[in-house]
Amino acid sequence: MTAPLGKDLLGLESLSTDQIQLILDTAEPLKEISERAIKKVPTLRGATIVNLFFEASTRTRVSFEFAEKRMSADTVNVASSGSSVSKGETLVDTARNLEAMRIDMVVIRHGASGAAHFLAQRIESNVINAGDGTHEHPTQGLLDMLTLRDRFKRLKGLKVCIVGDVLHSRVARSNIWGLQKMGAEVAVCGPRSLLPSAINEFGVKVFDRVEAAIEWADALNVLRLQLERMQAGYIPSLREYNRVFGISRDRLERAKKDIVILHPGPMNRGVEIDSDVADGPFSVILDQVTNGVAVRMAVLYLLSGGKAELAVSAKGGGE
Amino acid sequence: MPPSSPTEAPKTSANIILDSRALSRTLRRMADEIVELNDGTDDLIVVGIQRRGVQLAQRIVELIAEREKVSVPQGALDITLYRDDLQTVGPRPVVGPTNIPVDIDGKHVVIVDDVLYTGRTIRAALDELADFGRPRRIALAVVIDRGGRELPIAPDVVGKKVEVAANQRVDVHVNELDGQDAVTIASR
Repeated sequence: MTAPLGKDLLGLESLSTDQIQLILDTAEPLKEISERAIKKVPTLRGATIVNLFFEASTRTRVSFEFAEKRMSADTVNVASSGSSVSKGETLVDTARNLEAMRIDMVVIRHGASGAAHFLAQRIESNVINAGDGTHEHPTQGLLDMLTLRDRFKRLKGLKVCIVGDVLHSRVARSNIWGLQKMGAEVAVCGPRSLLPSAINEFGVKVFDRVEAAIEWADALNVLRLQLERMQAGYIPSLREYNRVFGISRDRLERAKKDIVILHPGPMNRGVEIDSDVADGPFSVILDQVTNGVAVRMAVLYLLSGGKAELAVSAKGGGE
Repeated sequence: MPPSSPTEAPKTSANIILDSRALSRTLRRMADEIVELNDGTDDLIVVGIQRRGVQLAQRIVELIAEREKVSVPQGALDITLYRDDLQTVGPRPVVGPTNIPVDIDGKHVVIVDDVLYTGRTIRAALDELADFGRPRRIALAVVIDRGGRELPIAPDVVGKKVEVAANQRVDVHVNELDGQDAVTIASR
């Protein structure tokens, strides 16, 4: 029937359609918990979760922490600065030491692609990838899909275009793999210098002009343009980027249809997205943030408790 | 109550203890008892436990509306996240929607479920309701009380009490989910 998730959530590329469906369907009823007078359920009572953030993050870290606390887990935050990581301790040593204190799960954000996989193979705790390098950011992909599904009541056949710095974006990869598994059509649009050279292998449509992308799409997922990219010579200037690829109200109005706008945050207003679009009626950017907590609660719930061997005996034992 | 000849036979070889007409009579009586217990319908909220308790709560609310000409607020409670066996069961049980549409502070909440057995579901439901507020009173209405309690929990309104062995199961079928209304006993 439903496919359990296994020990870790490392990326959407390795998940099946059923598994993604299970996470989204589980997240749906969990939204209501955040609307209660007491925003807490006892599900993860006694579980200890370490949030290991080697890269700066506000939204994702806070969202994970809210999710953990609303499920009643005990949480500890470790940031690279101010920890022994800054003294040169390796990732595995840090994690093994934490594990020796009997933790149950690790949520990891790391600048190196594959860091979450590396860790998952070496520790027994459940590992959740909260973003690894330019590889994947699975919970962001899931919350984007949940937000789209809320709005359109389906993902199958939906046309979603990811706009901007696809090359460096783990959000883009998780979205492409996740959305394709759910039957959506995915396109990318951005300057060629910011698209992967092997973009054809992703099986996505490529638009060089944002006007054409807007014409085609039901929804745009507008990526943050890292300001460092300009210094690195990927784009001539932020103003030029905004003129050619920026999502403005003018551009959207010319499409003569409603286009839903997503952005993973943090936004550079006036660069990749204009303020009147970000705050406009078709923006679901704040819904994404709300849904992020529910999606992460769902992932924590689905990975927690009942270990594999117990699962088998519980099944044989009836209700 | 002897099993009467059902017009719609269930798919299993289970014994029918309440057929569709007997079940609807039982629910009618339960609806009356709930109103009596509450001295009317003021401040009354009927909350069904997912899954079949929700449909049964809906029926009871409709029956109260028929008799009293009052529409009583209705809620739904999914207790999965409050279960006391989550650390041992796997794969993770499916979570259903919870919806408490009105403030329950100072109100009279009636929990509706299909079968009362160990009492663990009701323990979880009481904990969950406490996270929504502090009702003046919480009562429990069940269609079937099959005994076998593992916690100090007792129902206030009972459709039918049955004696069944531990290796048997009692199922309440509702038309909305099961295609028929009936209560059956079957071997596990």
